[in-house]
Amino acid sequence: MSTSAATALPEPNYLSAGWTLRSWLLTKDHKRIAILYMVSVTLFFVLGGVFAFLARLELLTPAGDMVTADVYNRLFTMHGVIMVFFFLIPSVPAVLGNFLVPLMIGAKDLAFPRINLLSWYLFMIGGTITVAAILLGGVDTGWTFYTPYSTVYSNSHVVLTVIGVFINGFSSILTGLNFIVTIHRMRAPGLTWFRLPLFIWAHYATSLIMILGTPVVAITLLLVAVERLLHLGIFDPALGGDPVLFQHLFWFYSHPAVYIMILPSMGVVSELIAAFARKKVFGYHFVAFASIAIAILGFLVWGHHLFVSGQSTYAGLVFSVLSMLVAIPSAVKVFNWTATLHQGSISRETPMLYALGFIGLFTIGGLTGVMLATTGIDVHVHDTYFVVAHFHYIMVGGAIMGYLGGLHYWWPKITGRLYPRFWSKISALLVFIGFNLTFFPQFILGYLGMPRRYWSYPEEFQVLNVLSTAGATILGVGYVFPLVYLLYSLRRGAAAGDNPWGAAGLEWETTSPPPTFNFEHEPVVTGGPYDFTNVKEALFDE
Amino acid sequence: MWPNFPLFPDAASSVAREVDALYLGWLAISLFFSLLIGALIVVFFMKYRRRAWRRFGSTADIKTLPVEVTWSVIPLVIALSMFAWGAKVFFDQMRPPADAVGFYGVAKQWMWKFQHPEGVREINALHVPVGQPIQITLTSEDVIHSLFIPAFRVKTDVLPGRYTTLWFEATKPGEYHLFCTEYCGTEHSRMIGTVYALAPEDYETWLATGRTGVPLRVSGGELFGRFACDTCHRMERATPELPARGPSLAGLFGTEVELVGGGTVTADETYLRRSILEPQAHVVAGWQPIMPTFKGQMSEEQLNALVDYVKSLPAGTQTADEDGAPGAAGESPASNAG
Repeated sequence: MSTSAATALPEPNYLSAGWTLRSWLLTKDHKRIAILYMVSVTLFFVLGGVFAFLARLELLTPAGDMVTADVYNRLFTMHGVIMVFFFLIPSVPAVLGNFLVPLMIGAKDLAFPRINLLSWYLFMIGGTITVAAILLGGVDTGWTFYTPYSTVYSNSHVVLTVIGVFINGFSSILTGLNFIVTIHRMRAPGLTWFRLPLFIWAHYATSLIMILGTPVVAITLLLVAVERLLHLGIFDPALGGDPVLFQHLFWFYSHPAVYIMILPSMGVVSELIAAFARKKVFGYHFVAFASIAIAILGFLVWGHHLFVSGQSTYAGLVFSVLSMLVAIPSAVKVFNWTATLHQGSISRETPMLYALGFIGLFTIGGLTGVMLATTGIDVHVHDTYFVVAHFHYIMVGGAIMGYLGGLHYWWPKITGRLYPRFWSKISALLVFIGFNLTFFPQFILGYLGMPRRYWSYPEEFQVLNVLSTAGATILGVGYVFPLVYLLYSLRRGAAAGDNPWGAAGLEWETTSPPPTFNFEHEPVVTGGPYDFTNVKEALFDE
Repeated sequence: MWPNFPLFPDAASSVAREVDALYLGWLAISLFFSLLIGALIVVFFMKYRRRAWRRFGSTADIKTLPVEVTWSVIPLVIALSMFAWGAKVFFDQMRPPADAVGFYGVAKQWMWKFQHPEGVREINALHVPVGQPIQITLTSEDVIHSLFIPAFRVKTDVLPGRYTTLWFEATKPGEYHLFCTEYCGTEHSRMIGTVYALAPEDYETWLATGRTGVPLRVSGGELFGRFACDTCHRMERATPELPARGPSLAGLFGTEVELVGGGTVTADETYLRRSILEPQAHVVAGWQPIMPTFKGQMSEEQLNALVDYVKSLPAGTQTADEDGAPGAAGESPASNAG
């Protein structure tokens, strides 16, 4: 196609609605706020990634020789804090969810546009405070802030960091609130609950966790600051507190928070699988309810982080069996996605590669999660690299693969531009290979007994650590690719058209990029989701 | 280049093989499902590739319910079976046999201090006899640590202000890593040590060659006098003229204690510790809450010795005399040492 003719985007669109800084910083358009989030979470991702890479470089050799132990401890802590609170939790919901929830349900915007903007500002204030804590010297407690280390013994910027995370929590709560109200009240005529895309179901479930769980971690972190500043005995036994109480409170949020990170990506994957197999998702109702089941059961399993904490043996068993139950809806999703591929019309576009990568890696992450929920195994591998590998399979192999897949799928909708397909496929491949090389050796390391958060380690663990660092390098290169070609596409990419993939869903029925109020006429829905019979003008059919 | 490149850890305790079997069982299940899903994805990816004559996927209406139920129930049955197997192993890891020998350990930033029942102290090293169950009662002087011996497949967090226990029976002589696995600050990765599992006769030799130490229950008996515990806990020496003001501790350990206001509590190490540090927490039925706290007055090691002494008192024991020698009446606790 000729580039010059194809670069003209439909007017008016939400991007051309204003070019000034003010038009961005005071926007109430959910799509522009999504862009604000996209830019900010990308910056945090780069920051968190640099910390991770430095930590992996230190681990190339058994001796602690590149940085000091104190610096290393700060590196892994800030990697965790930034990635969990400022990338993984907001990434899919605040970027893709923000952009797509109104579009997918045929609404003009979220229910509370101003609150939506407020939540971005809270996110940025929390992020700025946390970055300030880093610049002042950082924090060394681990992202888990375990007491009484964090409240009494750590000589680092604990209070500033937890204040940053605390404020950021309200951003998450407000986003969840906005989504729930929007999904309840603003669906287009005819869009009943069981005609909703699974992406919406996943975001609804996620929002429930955000609203119900986040206040608990906010209170918990506040208590950490209170004990640290005022020496009130809450967690420190020397002051009459209970150190394990912190772990219960912390994981009561932070285990469900894992589902805040993975559920939206599962929603993305449901969309991708349907679109690139051109087939209705198999067992739609089961996939939808699986999201809700995960959200609810997720609140009952926190104690599996405490099997060796001195918690009673029987409490451990109860949490073990409940954790097994969460695995069932997750397994149901994996089976349904796989079954959707059967007799599909499977395209090999980049988003589909990410989606299929997600299923494979999430399966491994999930299965090792159930292994960890098995008390007899957890006693051995608890707090070893086995756990590190497991949750990175869920967070990086799951959540980030889902985010990248979604980004590549909706990029033409968001920007109106196409990106280079060849390079994007190469990058998806690099991410998959680099990821596995980074984290698979860590399963072996963990069962061998290498503890996590070790700056130096016995030399028999070196080979596997070298492999892991090599993988991290490939993974890093894989992540730099999209940064380059997506930015390139903004200037040089061909115009995408309304529906380049030939996908189904309301978001593909408006222009790319959409106008400020999303649809020229309020859409009316007459059928279920993933109905491809009326799909037109697909750019990339074989 | 790397002469030492293991892929699977040594198995050197009575529970290690059990844990490995459970792990390998899960590994087999995981491999089966991962390969199944992976293979299906690859096959469908190849077989159903989009073609000009297949621009759309099948729209056939399939009855999903039977399929969904099948693939929910199968994983559920597998998960619950593995839970039960895991619970069995967990009990074996958590419950020491009755003949376990009591060691003590104190963790602090950043070292492990161990004490044998014979009183011998070690730092970042632990010598144990093979074939003898050993239970270590642990506490921390500062933050939370975690004691992990990979070759034994056991681990427990070590908490400030309370006791946790870890038990194992080494089955193979050798030197094994001992790690701290709960992040505890700057030198966390240096809070490591070595477990030396020795054949019983080598262990006896090791103990006998130049190790000095007063058996814990003996030094605990001395402390019992030094802290004047025996002025109230007079036990057999109580007379009508000089009645005991506190309950007898003889034969206390392991019994159910009735408390003021109803309820009972098992007199384990944690109970003894708490009763010394926070006497008002559990007041024994029939006695006044008059005991002062000893919080901040004794080190963790002294506390361990006192607890061990009280543990060692069989029913009908007389307390140690003021000079610290074990009581004359009843079986001498010191004679059990070793």
